[in-house]
Amino acid sequence: MGWFKRSPWVLHYNATSCNGCDIEVIVSLTPLYDLERFGIINTGNPKHADILAVTGSVNEKSRQVLLNLYEQMPNPKVVVAVGLCATSGCVFQDCYNVLGGVDKVLPVDVYVPGCAARPESIIDGILKACEILEEKYSQRKKTGYPAAKE
Amino acid sequence: MNTIHEIVLNWGIFERMLAFVLLAPLVGGLLAGIDRKVSARFQGRYGPPVLQPFYDAFKLFQKEKIIVNKFQDFNIVLFLLFTIFSGALFFAGADLLLTIFSLALAGTFFVLGGFCVGSPYSHLGAEREIIQQVAYEPMIILVAIGMYQVTGSFKVSVIAQYELPLILYLPGVFAGFLYILTIKFRKSPFDLSMSHHAHQEIVRGLTTEFSGSTLALIEIAHWYENVLLLGMVYLFFGFNPWLAVFVALATYLFEIFIDMNYARFKWQLTFGSSWLFTAVAGVSNIIVLSLMR
Amino acid sequence: MSVLIFLIVFPLVISLLALVLPRGFHIRKTIGTAANVVLCAVPIYLLVANLDQGPSYFRLESGFVDILIFLLEVLIAGYLIYLSVRAKRYLPVVLVLIQMSMMIGFEFAYGHSIQVEHALFMDKFSIIMALIVGIIGSAICLYGFGYMPEYHEHHPEVKDRRNYFGFLMYLFLSAMFGIIFSNNLLWLFFFWEVTTLCSFLLIGYRDDKASQDSAFRALNMNLIGGVVFAFGIVYLFVTTQTMELDKLLLLDQGTVLLPAVCFAFAGLAKSAQFPFSSWLTGAMVAPTPVSALLHSSTMVKAGVYLILRVSPVMDNTVAAQMLTLIGGVSFLVTALIAISQSNAKKVLAYSTISNLGLIVACAGVNTPAAVWSALLLIIFHAVAKSLLFLCVGIIEYKLGSRDIEDMDFLIMRLPKLTAVMMIGMAGMFLAPFGMIISKFVTLKAFIDGNPAMAIILAYGSAATIFFWTKWMGKIISIRHGEAEVVEHTVSTWEWITLGILAVATVAVCLAFPFISIHVIDPYIMELFNTAPVIDMFNVLVVFAIMFSLLIILPLGLFYYAFINKHYKRVGTYLGGANVSNITFEGAMDSTQPIQLKNYYLEKYFGEERLFYVGVFVSLTLIFIMFGVAAI
Repeated sequence: MGWFKRSPWVLHYNATSCNGCDIEVIVSLTPLYDLERFGIINTGNPKHADILAVTGSVNEKSRQVLLNLYEQMPNPKVVVAVGLCATSGCVFQDCYNVLGGVDKVLPVDVYVPGCAARPESIIDGILKACEILEEKYSQRKKTGYPAAKE
Repeated sequence: MNTIHEIVLNWGIFERMLAFVLLAPLVGGLLAGIDRKVSARFQGRYGPPVLQPFYDAFKLFQKEKIIVNKFQDFNIVLFLLFTIFSGALFFAGADLLLTIFSLALAGTFFVLGGFCVGSPYSHLGAEREIIQQVAYEPMIILVAIGMYQVTGSFKVSVIAQYELPLILYLPGVFAGFLYILTIKFRKSPFDLSMSHHAHQEIVRGLTTEFSGSTLALIEIAHWYENVLLLGMVYLFFGFNPWLAVFVALATYLFEIFIDMNYARFKWQLTFGSSWLFTAVAGVSNIIVLSLMR
Repeated sequence: MSVLIFLIVFPLVISLLALVLPRGFHIRKTIGTAANVVLCAVPIYLLVANLDQGPSYFRLESGFVDILIFLLEVLIAGYLIYLSVRAKRYLPVVLVLIQMSMMIGFEFAYGHSIQVEHALFMDKFSIIMALIVGIIGSAICLYGFGYMPEYHEHHPEVKDRRNYFGFLMYLFLSAMFGIIFSNNLLWLFFFWEVTTLCSFLLIGYRDDKASQDSAFRALNMNLIGGVVFAFGIVYLFVTTQTMELDKLLLLDQGTVLLPAVCFAFAGLAKSAQFPFSSWLTGAMVAPTPVSALLHSSTMVKAGVYLILRVSPVMDNTVAAQMLTLIGGVSFLVTALIAISQSNAKKVLAYSTISNLGLIVACAGVNTPAAVWSALLLIIFHAVAKSLLFLCVGIIEYKLGSRDIEDMDFLIMRLPKLTAVMMIGMAGMFLAPFGMIISKFVTLKAFIDGNPAMAIILAYGSAATIFFWTKWMGKIISIRHGEAEVVEHTVSTWEWITLGILAVATVAVCLAFPFISIHVIDPYIMELFNTAPVIDMFNVLVVFAIMFSLLIILPLGLFYYAFINKHYKRVGTYLGGANVSNITFEGAMDSTQPIQLKNYYLEKYFGEERLFYVGVFVSLTLIFIMFGVAAI
């Protein structure tokens, strides 16, 4: 079995959020909600992360950064879109510079709704993501790892 | 407890080494778990399970291996091997100085790993790690010198069984050792090169480019190292094994307490204060001892 | 005895050949190579033939040689005065005049009454020094064959005086052998002055303003040492009628303390201890073989050689304690200054002074364990440091810079050279190789006698770790993409030398118990009647580490280079703003390359900040040393 359920490490990236969702993500780490109960750590480094939590809609500037971060995360990995902007672009979706939700760029596994998303739902979303992580891990184990790539 | 002590005393060198190699990661990991739990409680949080460090390590071993260059992991493997080796030497009762030098060798490999990847964050972490090494190295050597002055031997086995309380002769050295222990445990205010707490100004410093199983190896090496360092605390109270184990654990809790109460220092303050404190507490103690004889 | 004379005369002959044979004459290199092989082989023969023998002293009918040496001394003095006057520098003139008037006066007043029983001698210590001079000296001369043409290619402004260069190098080797084997102090003094002359001329080889300044600084400081040396000889003979090194040790401590302190002072000047350290750092303008040969492995070792020879006389005196402290101050302060230097040759120079300081301190402590580790330090340092100098010499022309900051990704550009350099650096500071073995023993030797020194050593070793590790890190960092490999342009001569020295560095580490038992212990036995006991368990542990490293390193590198395929390669983390793996997107859509620089902490360990501290402290200590000796 995998151990991802017990120790999911989260990388939080603000694509172009209004900071509302960002604050809620941070709030879920505070004593009131205490994400670390579940072994969840907010890491600042994609290479250590299992879950990429993205807030805000994606625009031309943040697109490449998102791709870079995702590329540098080791498998298995999941993407959680936190908040309405991240799920669909919300009210910004028609802006000339906005591409839309995170799923325009990356394969999103969990959508957490809300404007801003509530800490409870964020925690719920991340725990959902853990299950997907486990699934991905067991699938990888079945299909085997791809050979070395330069 | 006393019977355990008796049994340990009757072990040969290799049995002790083996015991360290097998038990130290368990003890170290458990201590790390207690650390996280206690830290959380200090902050009014519930905290992760005590076994969380083991979960983390198991998970890391299951992750995909990603690297920046082919040779980066080799340095970490050497770091782990030599940390284990120094710990094994220590618990086998070998020369204390040799243990310290061997530990410094391990530390050097760790730093070289940080340089090797050629990444800015890692590089900065490695530079800071050297500064930390330079900050604590004199005091660690002074610990060995002080113990030699009192017991007349560098052998850990002799020092550990010295009848008189070492702490009475070496209070200054012990205080200095406590000070640099905060650096060695990578606790605030001295966790410059890499921090266990979330975001840091240089991301994860030295370990930025190490992920998956290699990161787990770094953690495990750190557990080994912690046990070794607590073993050195034990030596100060070796006259009474019960008390010694108790003090070693109390020291660990004390470091957690410090960790919770301080913000991170700049390297200037870390380095300067360590050398100064070493001079005030450690050196003066050593000089008094040499005058007493 | 004939072997000793051969070792002194043979390099002299070669040096004359080097001067006379025209350049481009193909036989030059053949002769040079043959000579170097001989120079390597003879000291080894000397070691093997005398492995079980104590010191031997040789009587020599030397009336003619004495006169010849005296005349040559006057000649050298004249030449130095001529050069100084031509360069309009008058301090050396004054110093030479003082020295010569002393020696000439002495010769005429007492010359007829000097009775020298044994002019030459040889013991284990001499043999160790002879091995260092012979093997490292000839290896470096080989390196010179490859290096000097390139030197002149890169410095077209420097007049090509290769013959003269070769002449001086071999002349220097001859003088070194002279120093090592002389028992007659007048001879010792003569050879001592010859090395000063060689060093002066070689530093000034470039013949521009900077090198002239450095050359004259070196000359001045060594002449000050020489003047005091000469005074010591005269005083010794006038008070005790003794002119021999071995007899010096048998005399009453009170009467010979002052001359011994004078000799120690000359030794301090020659090995560039504080307050004389500035000449050695200035001497780095010389071509690399000179730095490697004179200023790291041999000539500066002559200084500590003399100090170690006379230190038994000073045993248990305040003067000896002062000597220890001077060594300690030099060790600590230069190690700290080395942190702030980014010029590779200067780092090496400071590290050299630092290590010599440790040897001087050991000599001052003068217990069996201290002398034991001093000798080991001499051996390890000579091999590893000359290797590092030669590496830097090559890098300087391949990369066009000797600045450590320009050595990024060196392992990609000069892989084999970097490997060799890593061996040298490991020998310098990494447990358990080389230096650290002797530091380990030194620490133990200090604690019993002199806890202050143990404390200095604790701080100093920490500083040592700093500058070596960051340099090591610099050269082994790897970046994405290709880098131009420039290694193939390194000449065969240079590779041969690097190979010899790299093997020697590893070999002396592995052979140190052998060296200790068969060479060093007998010498210590003669001196103290006891030899330090090394803990066999520790030796075993050290060997376990060394062997496991020697096995793990190549296997591990092989595994990671060729076998391990189980990975995915990604770029370095640059905050997600990677453009490529070595560039990132900066402000205003710009593309910025990543640049990695080391810490030098100039503000804390800067040369100008610490240098004067060292000078003043050591000057005070020297005055105390002379004060107690004179009383």
